[in-house]
Amino acid sequence: MKEVDARGLSCPEPIMLTAEALKGADGPVKVLVSEPHQRTNVEKLAKDRGRKTATKEIDTGFEIIIE
Amino acid sequence: MNLYDSKKKLAAAGILCGVVAAILAYFGNPANMAFCIACFVRDMAGALGMHQAEVVQYARPEIVGLVLGAFLISAVTKEYRSTAGSSPMIRFVLGMVIMIGSLVFLGCPLRMVIRMSAGDFNAWVALIGFILGVATGTFALKQGFSLGRSHDTGKKSGTVLPFLLVGVLVLAALGLLKASEAGPGSMHAPIILSLLGGLVFGALAQKSRMCFAGGIRDVILMKNFDLLTVIGGVFVVMLIFNIATGRFVPGFDTPGIIAHSNHLWNILGMYAVGFAAVLAGGCPLRQLILAGQGSSDAAVTVLGLFVGAALCHNLGLASSGTALNAETSEVVAGAATPAGKAAVIICIIVCFIIAFTNKRENVK
Repeated sequence: MKEVDARGLSCPEPIMLTAEALKGADGPVKVLVSEPHQRTNVEKLAKDRGRKTATKEIDTGFEIIIE
Repeated sequence: MNLYDSKKKLAAAGILCGVVAAILAYFGNPANMAFCIACFVRDMAGALGMHQAEVVQYARPEIVGLVLGAFLISAVTKEYRSTAGSSPMIRFVLGMVIMIGSLVFLGCPLRMVIRMSAGDFNAWVALIGFILGVATGTFALKQGFSLGRSHDTGKKSGTVLPFLLVGVLVLAALGLLKASEAGPGSMHAPIILSLLGGLVFGALAQKSRMCFAGGIRDVILMKNFDLLTVIGGVFVVMLIFNIATGRFVPGFDTPGIIAHSNHLWNILGMYAVGFAAVLAGGCPLRQLILAGQGSSDAAVTVLGLFVGAALCHNLGLASSGTALNAETSEVVAGAATPAGKAAVIICIIVCFIIAFTNKRENVK
């Protein structure tokens, strides 16, 4: 699975990296972010692209799997 | 619960923040400064004796309220996170650049919007520079600009700035700090109202992610108008307030609103602000909010704002506003100073160096 580790990066880097990863991937993408608003942004981006997400909280933030 | 998952909520947050700004302007804050982050940090630097410009010294409770509001709401909603380590000294310099650019234009992005809503055409001219600056920063982001990762730190590190600011407010309330007797620094809403206004504004800004640089950046980068919606809310409320209270005066050389008509320097000043704000990950307001929710990196940027403000007044970088000579009733045009012009050029060069020497590949 493609993985984007955007933990600790400033906005809008997490969303840019996610968009880039989604471009080249038909399969699922795992995205790691630190902040709640970044989690929402990533989920929204996935939704806009017609993809489903599953999110769980991890020690260092959030892990979002974009199906 | 958050305010950024729908445009309606974002607009509502913007409208509420506009109402807070309008109330504070009505109860005594300087005309269409209302809630200017750069002006208020500059006033606070003056209250602490970091500069000696006697007309702009006052420990603004709004600044304390903003940071504290963001701190408290993020603690309650478990969004508080003590972090640090993303190129703090570069962020310090970006903070200085943001303040110097702001004080050459005479206002932060928030005040630019407030001035636009009061009919000040100079602010509309400056908006061109701001958009170009944000666009340049966005271009750098697309080229892979990054200040690197922040990391979790001891929980207490993130609480330092909120506590320091509360300390400043206590000292001010005890009468131990400088306070202007004339000029913009002497004009203010009652302390409790200012503090409450700041708390509400700070909590709303934290929940809505309000950011004046981010609003334009997201449009350029992703055609996303969410953050711009918040700013639209602030603009509309202030426009209605200004028209309703007779404060809407369309024109360029309006005396008394602390603005000047050196178009090139309004544009270049806000260009530096927009550019630096995108590189730092947010406008001055957003930096205060991020500092409140635990980011020591943003807190260092805020310290940069304070030092930048001190430099502006100690070295004569801040522009003068168009004013009315009370004796002759003549309009005396405000202007950017030679030192201020040189400083803005240096600031823009510094932004370019930072933007194109900090790449994501280098910060694994």
